[in-house]
Amino acid sequence: MAIVKQMGKAQAEGYIYGINGPVIKAKGSNEFRMLEVVYVGKEKLIGEVISVDDTETTIQVYEDTTGLTVGEPIVSYGSLMSVTLAPGIIGNIFDGIERPLNVIKEQTGVLITRGIQLSSVDLEKKWDAEFIVSVGDKVSFGTIIATVRETESIVNKVMIPFGVEGIVKSVLKNGQYNVAETIVTVETASGEEIAVNMMQEFPIRTPRPVMYRERMVRPLITGQRIIDALLPISKGGAAAIPGGFGTGKTMTQHQLAKWCDADIIVYIGCGERGNEMTQVLEEFSKLVDPKTGNLLLNRTVLIANTSNMPVAAREASIYTGVAIAEYYRDMGYHVAIMADSTSRWAEALREISGRLEEMPAEEGFPAYLASRLAAFYERAGYMHNLNGTEGSITIIGAVSPQGGDFSEPVTQSTKRFTRCFFSLDKNLAYARHYPAINWLDSYSEYIDELTPWFNENVSPDFMLERTKFMDILQEENSLMEIVKLIGSDILPDDQKLVLEIARIIRLGFLQQNAFHDVDTYVPLKKQMLMMKTISYLYEKAKELLKLNITIGQLRESGIYDDVIKMKYNIDNEDFEPFEKLNAKIENEVNRIKTDNGYTN
Amino acid sequence: MSVEYIGLNKIEGPLVAIEGVEGASFDEIVEITNSEGEKRLGRIIEIYGDKSIVQVFEGTENYSLTNTTIRLTGKPLEIPMSREILGRVLDGVGRPIDGLGDIFPDEMREVNGSPINPVARVYPNNYIQTGISSIDCLATLIRGQKLPIFSGNGMPHDILAVQIVKQAKIAEDSGQEFAVVFAAMGVKHDVEAYFRDAFEQSGVLHKVVMFVNLLDDPIVERIVTPRAALTAAEYLAFKCNMHILVIMTDMTSYAEAVREISSSKGEIPSRKGYPGYLYSDLASLYERAGLVEGSSGSITQIPILTVPNDDITHPIPDLTGYITEGQIVLDKSLHLRSVYPPIAILPSLSRLMKDGIGEGFTRKDHVPLANQLFASYAKVMDARALASVIGEEELSPVDKQYMEFGREFEKRFIGQGKNENRSIFQTLNLGWQLLGLLPVDELDRLEQSVIDEFYSKTQVIL
Ligand SMILES: Nc1ncnc2c1ncn2[C@@H]1O[C@H](COP(=O)(O)OP(=O)(O)OP(=O)(O)O)[C@@H](O)[C@H]1O
Ligand SMILES: [Mg+2]
Repeated sequence: MAIVKQMGKAQAEGYIYGINGPVIKAKGSNEFRMLEVVYVGKEKLIGEVISVDDTETTIQVYEDTTGLTVGEPIVSYGSLMSVTLAPGIIGNIFDGIERPLNVIKEQTGVLITRGIQLSSVDLEKKWDAEFIVSVGDKVSFGTIIATVRETESIVNKVMIPFGVEGIVKSVLKNGQYNVAETIVTVETASGEEIAVNMMQEFPIRTPRPVMYRERMVRPLITGQRIIDALLPISKGGAAAIPGGFGTGKTMTQHQLAKWCDADIIVYIGCGERGNEMTQVLEEFSKLVDPKTGNLLLNRTVLIANTSNMPVAAREASIYTGVAIAEYYRDMGYHVAIMADSTSRWAEALREISGRLEEMPAEEGFPAYLASRLAAFYERAGYMHNLNGTEGSITIIGAVSPQGGDFSEPVTQSTKRFTRCFFSLDKNLAYARHYPAINWLDSYSEYIDELTPWFNENVSPDFMLERTKFMDILQEENSLMEIVKLIGSDILPDDQKLVLEIARIIRLGFLQQNAFHDVDTYVPLKKQMLMMKTISYLYEKAKELLKLNITIGQLRESGIYDDVIKMKYNIDNEDFEPFEKLNAKIENEVNRIKTDNGYTN
Repeated sequence: MSVEYIGLNKIEGPLVAIEGVEGASFDEIVEITNSEGEKRLGRIIEIYGDKSIVQVFEGTENYSLTNTTIRLTGKPLEIPMSREILGRVLDGVGRPIDGLGDIFPDEMREVNGSPINPVARVYPNNYIQTGISSIDCLATLIRGQKLPIFSGNGMPHDILAVQIVKQAKIAEDSGQEFAVVFAAMGVKHDVEAYFRDAFEQSGVLHKVVMFVNLLDDPIVERIVTPRAALTAAEYLAFKCNMHILVIMTDMTSYAEAVREISSSKGEIPSRKGYPGYLYSDLASLYERAGLVEGSSGSITQIPILTVPNDDITHPIPDLTGYITEGQIVLDKSLHLRSVYPPIAILPSLSRLMKDGIGEGFTRKDHVPLANQLFASYAKVMDARALASVIGEEELSPVDKQYMEFGREFEKRFIGQGKNENRSIFQTLNLGWQLLGLLPVDELDRLEQSVIDEFYSKTQVIL
């Protein structure tokens, strides 16, 4: 967000006529434009024009409107609701309209007060710029003109802002500059000279233009077994995590934000708890990114508009987040957005809509809920950028259905616009089976696109093992219907074995302990070896069945337990113990055969 | 600001419309006087030109379009704050009703508060021993947490809340003062009296401030009650550095008041007639818990709500669960089997416990033990379901052991006396003893080292 003093001359001036919570009616000018920023009242609260007609203008205000009175001034400076894009964003935490919460704390203390106008990034700080362009180069929107080390993990690529095109007229020497200093000038075709610095504004509700979309053939590797192995998501894809309260949406998003192999994480706390943001801040300032060896905070941007912060800014927060993500995508980075929770965003939309007395559709949500959600998720994608780089935005949105009922409008619409569905299950959460992602109700539509990547980069076995696991889990599900009615005792041995292997898959593979040093993140190679080990156990056990040896003997050998605990006992780098474990399985099976009078 | 306006334009439920008013500001408090000279307070909730809509706290009985005058105060609702509020009983908007005279304010505070900056929060990680095994072991209360009790009519949530107040070791190790802020919203007289007596008997009354809006008190005031109480809590915690436990009961009555006012405003309802902003409204209360930088006090909230129809998906418990940091769920069937406290442990959860338990806080076996108890108890449910179909006799030997474990666990671990105060070590040891009823290869959440150190040892003791 920009600050008032930079805005120059007022474009439209009116006054407050009506106040209804965050919604203000303005009169006195018919020059206000849709979606432009306005400053409301003596305290200059930040707002945005959301509808205009010939008698009055409707504005949503991003701050608490207590104390406003009729007649107070409303001013606009002609700019759309925008984000400030510049080095200094990464590692920072902002509210829903990109005001830096750390600076707010310095200025106003523990509580957030109103009418604070602040620059989003530090305007004084000097950055070490290395120039890439020289005088005479042709540049246009997105052309990278310089690089700046923004954090230990991220190099910011300074780009030509939107609307600027021409020939480089002057370039400063490599050196230290702040974001507001002119570093390059560009002469346009009409002979105008435009000054360019490291900072640019971009409207939050407009997708940044790209050259074209690429196919999404690379996975976002998360280190979370149930996702990588059973429900993989592509870089550039979109996923929904629906679940009732306490089922693990936030935990799942924290895990992804920590361990997924994106270059940059934009974490949007949209109408959720303050403590959760504090927790991310604290943990990410300590945890090390396994990929770069730097602190996780060095690749993370946090947007925190918690549930008790103004509701209109909550509505804006996801756009602020995605606009920031697109900026880094244009530099050629893979960005992952965690939006927790899109339902709170939808509720903000509903609340504003209600105050506008719009005709509600389902459950009071406005009829445009679905199109807004679609527009948001469409900003995900694997893009070929205008400047020739490739980058992606993966969006992972939590959905908090009322009453845990997935038939409600937000879940249903989201389902249409995302291609991964990580359905969280209350009963799994009650039994403390985490992550409580239900393997039967969830799906990923990216599997076919991603199979070649796994074949090439991990092993053709990976997807084969996946299919085997899914089959066993499906079969378990149908057998459980019977077991619920009559118990498992009377099942034939081969079906008992299916249940036992399924149990091993659930406990040993699907359950993953986020709080365990080794188990919290698991590389693909280990995931595959784990799958293969379980399959091997299954194959060997079937050999016993063929010889009519009761399966109970294998259970009693204790080998199941060894397999279940391999996730803890085998390291993430040293895979040798898998051979030992497989050998142990073989030995146990052979021993049982011998005990039953068979020779090997 | 002493211009007075005579007459009203419209009266509807707790709302009145006034016209021709100048300088009214959003959310400001107005004073309404009727022809008998009786003063009531109202709040401006909408302004359009020279028209305003006012919500009258004490209701609009006796009002006609002509018999009232309105005076703008120019300020949002503020209440007097001072340490002297401890030991006092106030009404829903913070006026004394105990006959002990006015409160001499140290400062006036706006009841709506302001959001806490997330970067100024301190993440809570200090556990509070309540002496109740099921809570301490399985849904540990953390200082600065918001942990509601989901209950139902006729269930002992009040008794449990009092037991927590009496037993909670909330400030012991910090040498700081501890106090209770009690907000009663739409509760029956005898409930309020029960709490007052209980506080008195346990000698904490002088450390309690009560904000009371009873069942027959005006509903607009009910909307302010928790806000007034939390304003007091913030003053005591963050200005006076005290550890504050806030008990708010009954959140269901509160939410119903929100619904009633919303419908009188003609707003579009979302689920079950509740307004779409109920989530944000509840969050503006629940988020006023926690710890902040620069202050050594804390606010721990225990809201109590009676779940309508025992339906946990009803908007009130549902939205509450989406905001609070876990929940303690009371269960009717345990209550009918005389298990006290009837805490249903599977749906109960404390989200902050993981950072406040284990080595250095409670004991290093706490986390694995809790995980195993949850998992084993979940299997008890499966065994019971099966037993109800085929009969307990037909169960496999392992399932029979689960049935036995379930009974003992409910009787001895969940169940305890209303004055029984167990230390965390007693609780944990009891948990291990009960796991002893199950064969070791059923303990699939435990690493071998834990089994060796704790499970096997307890076996010897048994
Ligand atoms: N992967 C996991 N590993 C361990 N514990 C987990 C995991 N996922 C969830 N939990 C447990 O469940 C609790 C609730 O999880 P979480 O806060 O993510 O729920 P949520 O779905 O975001 O709920 P809400 O909608 O209320 O925000 C956590 O505090 C933690 O105790
Ligand atoms: Mg959450």
